[in-house]
Amino acid sequence: MSAPTDDITVAKGPPGVDPAILHRPGGSVDAPTQLALYRQMVRMRKFEKRAYDLFLQNLVKGTSHLSLGQEAIAAAFGVAMDEKDYTFATYRGHAHTLARGTSMTGVMGELLGRSCGVLSGKGGSMHLTDVKRGVMGSYAIVGAHLTIALGAAWSAKHRGDPRVAVAFFGDGTTNIGAFHESLNLAAVWKLPVVFVCENNLYMEYTPIRTVTAVDNPAADRASAYGLDSIVVDGNDADAMYLTARECLERARSGGGPSLIEARTYRTSGHSRADPGKYKPEEEVAAWAAYDPIDLYRARLLAHGVGEADLDAVDETADSDVQTATVEAQASPPPGLDLLMHHVWSDGGSSWRN
Amino acid sequence: MAELSYRDAVSRAIAQEMDRDPSVVLLGEDIGAAGGVFKATVGLLERFGPERVRDTPISEQAILGAAMGAAMTGLRPIAEIMFADFFAVCWDIVANQIAKSSYMTAGQVSFPLVIRSGNGGGLRFGAQHSQAVENWAMAIPGLKVVAPSNPADVIGLFAAAVRDPDPVMFFEAKGLYATKGEVPDGELVDTLGTAKVLRSGTDATIVALAAMVPRALAAAEVLAARGIDSTVVDVRSLVPLDTQTILREVSATGRMFTVEENPRLCGWGAELVSIVAEECFDDLDGPPLRITTPHIPLPSADALEDLAIPSVERIISTIERAMQS
Repeated sequence: MSAPTDDITVAKGPPGVDPAILHRPGGSVDAPTQLALYRQMVRMRKFEKRAYDLFLQNLVKGTSHLSLGQEAIAAAFGVAMDEKDYTFATYRGHAHTLARGTSMTGVMGELLGRSCGVLSGKGGSMHLTDVKRGVMGSYAIVGAHLTIALGAAWSAKHRGDPRVAVAFFGDGTTNIGAFHESLNLAAVWKLPVVFVCENNLYMEYTPIRTVTAVDNPAADRASAYGLDSIVVDGNDADAMYLTARECLERARSGGGPSLIEARTYRTSGHSRADPGKYKPEEEVAAWAAYDPIDLYRARLLAHGVGEADLDAVDETADSDVQTATVEAQASPPPGLDLLMHHVWSDGGSSWRN
Repeated sequence: MAELSYRDAVSRAIAQEMDRDPSVVLLGEDIGAAGGVFKATVGLLERFGPERVRDTPISEQAILGAAMGAAMTGLRPIAEIMFADFFAVCWDIVANQIAKSSYMTAGQVSFPLVIRSGNGGGLRFGAQHSQAVENWAMAIPGLKVVAPSNPADVIGLFAAAVRDPDPVMFFEAKGLYATKGEVPDGELVDTLGTAKVLRSGTDATIVALAAMVPRALAAAEVLAARGIDSTVVDVRSLVPLDTQTILREVSATGRMFTVEENPRLCGWGAELVSIVAEECFDDLDGPPLRITTPHIPLPSADALEDLAIPSVERIISTIERAMQS
């Protein structure tokens, strides 16, 4: 934990990023919204830290991908989106799912493979979905869900429904074909969709700059599709929130798609199996000093929010995570009959008579 | 009753469903203004407008992803993948996204969509525009797979596919687009998962699909004149599979011959042979035999392509030889 030394009401910008290229959205964020952003981030952080502890105890099986350090992006959209908007997340989607109000017990239960899981244990960490809350799925093949998000946006526009689709993805996605197909078609059809690239500097284990022809993997491609180039400080919850609101509003008012490149840092490894040894120490230290929650807490304190109020948010999040953990661990494994359910929409799996 | 070509049956089927249900939309490459490269969507843009009939760029992943996202949020899309070989560039959306998401989400989402595609050979297009890939689709849990052999079935099965709540892969036989057949007037709606007995015989049962059906029927006529009386079953739907009809008809004659356009290995007939072997072995008078395209990519030249895809002559000679031994 290290508080910024200069004026924390204006973020100095992410390490290694020329402040001149950063998008500075207009407007301001009111106090209740700021508290909501803080609350979201803290819940995500504490949830994922607990999830990691449970991996180490071998209670979470398979794989899992944490977004520790990237919380401001999911939190900003969680607060800025309308209740009915659509979220399309990746396999790194715990935070994006929680951001829409999905129960912590449901997400924790899914990680643990229990019947209380949001998918009854059938999907696991990488496929969190909660359609009732607009979480239209988490997809584990890089790039695919951008095409699906544009389909949901097309459907909304066709049906005269004001919903916006938001697709979150990593920097690695910018080099796969589905990214380019999606941006092009979304732009041609002027669809209400926001593409959010979370550039955490690493494509799995490989620095994104070493495998990409441009410096800003998403933003530098925007002009090819007639879109604005937007690089935003992904660790500044206010800047993220205002940018999210701007792009959501553009989509909702018929202005078409946006592509946001949010600069951030994944403080954990790529997945459970990755200790992240390939990251230079100085880089890790610089980003540790630019943690989105530390930054925001200091800013809220500077804005006059009481320390006790923030502590109360922290304590509630701790208690929610504890409750979710206890409830999930107490939940039985899924009923074995589920194995053969849900291939078809009638609930069954029959392929012959 | 009117005579209609297979290609015109496709556009009539789409029009029938778009007329009935405003949530049905159509998208694909060249399907609108151009009327489709096979002229199977002629007139639909003019009739239903550019909001419901959407020309797309050459972006197969985006086409199918758009269909998927639209299907999970209230529309019933019909997506065209021009040549079935092109599924190789968007198979992720089919096999990983559309097919698996209902299961993975414990039924939170479903996908009432149809993916149409020109499938199979016979038009001298060469290896990348000719393969019959219905067995690819059949191998993926979560997809329904339909391949009609005549204009009336095109309309009836297509209507059933559009109305089905699950994703349906609808394989149109490219080699049959120009063929004609009698089609009843009015709305046609058939049932997925139903095979049809097109000819009844006593000696052998020929089980065929799509473009192989007319060839099986022609072969059966010749065989009858030579003293081998055959039943011909049109499978029509690989998933769901009407095993009851197939098992009944195979048991009745004691012999099964599959006629498959897909390459040999893991073709749909292999699954049928396995089912027949497990479930009506005692009724068999001889080994089930598969008549397939060899396990090769398709060649382009007339003489070579004709040699590769099961022909009437090959069906006749294979069955004759087997029945004589």
